[in-house]
Amino acid sequence: MTPSGLARTLALATAALAPLAALAGTYDITVDPVRIETAGFTKSGIGYNGSQIPTVLRFQEGEEVTIRVTNNLSEDTSIHWHGLILPFEEDGVPGISFPGIKPGETFTYRFPIVQSGTYWFHSHSGFQEPDGAFGAIVIEPRAREPYRYDRDYVVQFTDKHPHSGDRVFRNLKLSADYYNRQQRTLFDLLSDAGEKGLGAALADRAAWGDMRMMPTDVEDVQGFAPMINGRDAEANWTGLFKPGERVRLRLINSSAMTYFDVRIPGLEMTVVAADGNDVLPVVVDELRLGVAETYDVIVRPTEDRAYSVLGESMGRTAMARGTLAPREGMAAEIPDLRPAPRLTMADMGMMEGMDHGDMGHGGMGQGGASHVMPDGSTMPGDAHAAMAGGGHVMPDGSTMAGDAHAGMAGGGHTMPDGSRMEGMNHGSMPGMDHSGMAGGDPFYAPGSGLTPEAAEGGKFLSYADLKARAPLYPDREATREIELRLTGNMERYIWSINGVKYEDAEPIRLRMGERVRFKFVNETMMTHPMHLHGMWTILDTGSGARDPIKHTVSVAPGTTLYTETEVDAPGQWAFHCHLSYHMAGGMFRKVIVEGAPKQAMNMPAADHGAEPAAAAHSHAHDEG
Amino acid sequence: MHATRILPALALIAAAGPALAEPAIWGLQVEQLDYRFGEDEDVLAWDFDAVAGTDELRFVWRSEAELLTGPGTFETLENQARVQVPISPFFDAVGGVMVSTPEGPDRVYGVVGVHGLAPQWFEVDADLFVSDKPFARVELDYEALITNRLILTPSVEVSVPLVDDRAIDAGAFGPKLEAGLRLSYDVVDRLVSPYVGVHYERYFGDSADLRRASGEATDAVYFVVGTKILF
Repeated sequence: MTPSGLARTLALATAALAPLAALAGTYDITVDPVRIETAGFTKSGIGYNGSQIPTVLRFQEGEEVTIRVTNNLSEDTSIHWHGLILPFEEDGVPGISFPGIKPGETFTYRFPIVQSGTYWFHSHSGFQEPDGAFGAIVIEPRAREPYRYDRDYVVQFTDKHPHSGDRVFRNLKLSADYYNRQQRTLFDLLSDAGEKGLGAALADRAAWGDMRMMPTDVEDVQGFAPMINGRDAEANWTGLFKPGERVRLRLINSSAMTYFDVRIPGLEMTVVAADGNDVLPVVVDELRLGVAETYDVIVRPTEDRAYSVLGESMGRTAMARGTLAPREGMAAEIPDLRPAPRLTMADMGMMEGMDHGDMGHGGMGQGGASHVMPDGSTMPGDAHAAMAGGGHVMPDGSTMAGDAHAGMAGGGHTMPDGSRMEGMNHGSMPGMDHSGMAGGDPFYAPGSGLTPEAAEGGKFLSYADLKARAPLYPDREATREIELRLTGNMERYIWSINGVKYEDAEPIRLRMGERVRFKFVNETMMTHPMHLHGMWTILDTGSGARDPIKHTVSVAPGTTLYTETEVDAPGQWAFHCHLSYHMAGGMFRKVIVEGAPKQAMNMPAADHGAEPAAAAHSHAHDEG
Repeated sequence: MHATRILPALALIAAAGPALAEPAIWGLQVEQLDYRFGEDEDVLAWDFDAVAGTDELRFVWRSEAELLTGPGTFETLENQARVQVPISPFFDAVGGVMVSTPEGPDRVYGVVGVHGLAPQWFEVDADLFVSDKPFARVELDYEALITNRLILTPSVEVSVPLVDDRAIDAGAFGPKLEAGLRLSYDVVDRLVSPYVGVHYERYFGDSADLRRASGEATDAVYFVVGTKILF
């Protein structure tokens, strides 16, 4: 080859490689023991890259990432890329995706980035995540985003507890109310008696005592320091803006146990993405950020002043606080905590026979009443039987899968018809009479004590408001339904699915190419953020093709909700409640996706490629 | 492609063990660590459970003692090795062995019973102590929250000998009643909760008669200071 020929070849090769090189990145993460500082306590914990400030990884859609994780701990570790679609061996769950990372070892993850948006990552080993092992992931999309902003901040929440994760779990096992300092006291009894009479107050007390349950069991683990981006309220994380600028906040809840109700007094928030996926913009005053969920919101502060970014814990025991300000060192008011919510009998699912009437469903099950859905569609035959002859018509033309109907007749669960009807209601019947639901969020049991309301009035985001901007999958009928009853024994602090905890459970087996409908029936008194690894969770909000695409869905007590998953990722995956101590207590399943991809091609609506990575890519292209 | 990629990976993972090894449960629960000021004598008393195990099986070392501070002799010294197995959402079955080695004759019993939480939050222990001198015992505790840290704990314990055991002044069906009322404050989490209170003991029936015959008191009341410990 002549020198000029060689040069030309090299130039060509370089030109050919250039786009690839631009889309490959190598990242290094060290997992280190760190001291975690808060105003109230210092503790030893775990941090990435030697810091209690969470590491933010910034990727580009289409990039091939290589991430070298060095374990400087004296125990095994792992990193799970929460919400990322990737080959299962890269998913980072010890015992399911890989063996884990030994002390001193550097493990190299390699996978393509096939999506964009806000995600996070965390250890999936022991209680390392509560101890501090988490960070954020920001993925820039290939295509231009459908919204504009001038500034972009990650706002990552956590509930830093002075006790180690091991200690917290052990204490909960010894005494489930160890960390509950909101229990009903003698003074509460006296004030109740003052309000509604001693007899009624005692009867209420007795009703709860009879169940050996507590109406105050909203937050299992209290006594934590709420943090934003590794800083507590005193250290006051601050994001700068110039008045008039649009600021994108990537809200991530990396808490072990705590839901945060997020608001910025004085600013409306436009929700543009949920769990990394764009949604049609919704303007809200406040939103509930479930554990492991993410929301992207855009705010536009116009005044030259500081605004507090507040995260009030769902149990109202603590307030995370950061600030948006035109300059460093500014602070706005921190309001008082609102009164703690109390669970009601509705949250216990104790609404048998009552909520039919309340929900305007009285006709159902009473025979002969004809329910007509606005679009004239009718429900399949089984439903009629279950509903004792009532015909039913839904507004949006969605049909209800057979199994769901049976529940309407009242099965053997602790939360009989009420919660199921409720679940169905928000799932598929938005046009129905909700008058009995007190204007509340349909994703809470009617009469629930947990139904959120915006602090200063106004709009509180509901799952029902989330509509996918660009659905990743064609809308199609699910091929089968799997019922997952969320169960537990609060007193023993055992958490389970269908009454069986992880160590005693068989894996859930899915087949490549099927579209599975999961029916979550929350039979416990607590809220569970359920997270499926490796595949998207399409939350049935009744929006059909625009049902939002999530990785974590929160199931409120006394409710049923439905999700669907296109099974397009072979291998084995974790599926669990993302509350750290519920997961450890057994609310966890292994999911095995079986079937050669070839079969998948023969399945209806199998738009997914034969090769799994390609399948994942194709979604990304759809999205772009 | 899949088989080649997935199978070796699965083999490696299988070797790594379960995704979620359930952490062992262990702890020390000191219900009573009393100094009892009595009219005639002072008593140092304790009642604790040391627990280790899993959801399905817990081993408990339960120790109860009453040490007369004057003579330095144990009026009561019971140590039990208990095994607890869940039998219902709120109750465990209990089996084990109890050795009673106070000043005076020693006794060894088999233990069968239940332990759990009754409706309205009563913590219950009901045990049958089996030997040729069997007796039964029921304990009830209740925590009344005055505030979330200031807690009033009434407790009642009744032991009933089922046959005469004259060597220890126990008369068949002559119960021993112990009742307490302790007001505690959680100083550090639930780790240390000091209290003040009263403790009352009384023998009835044949047991009372036997004690009278031996020149021993049949009832006593104490002012109590002490602490609960949960670790």
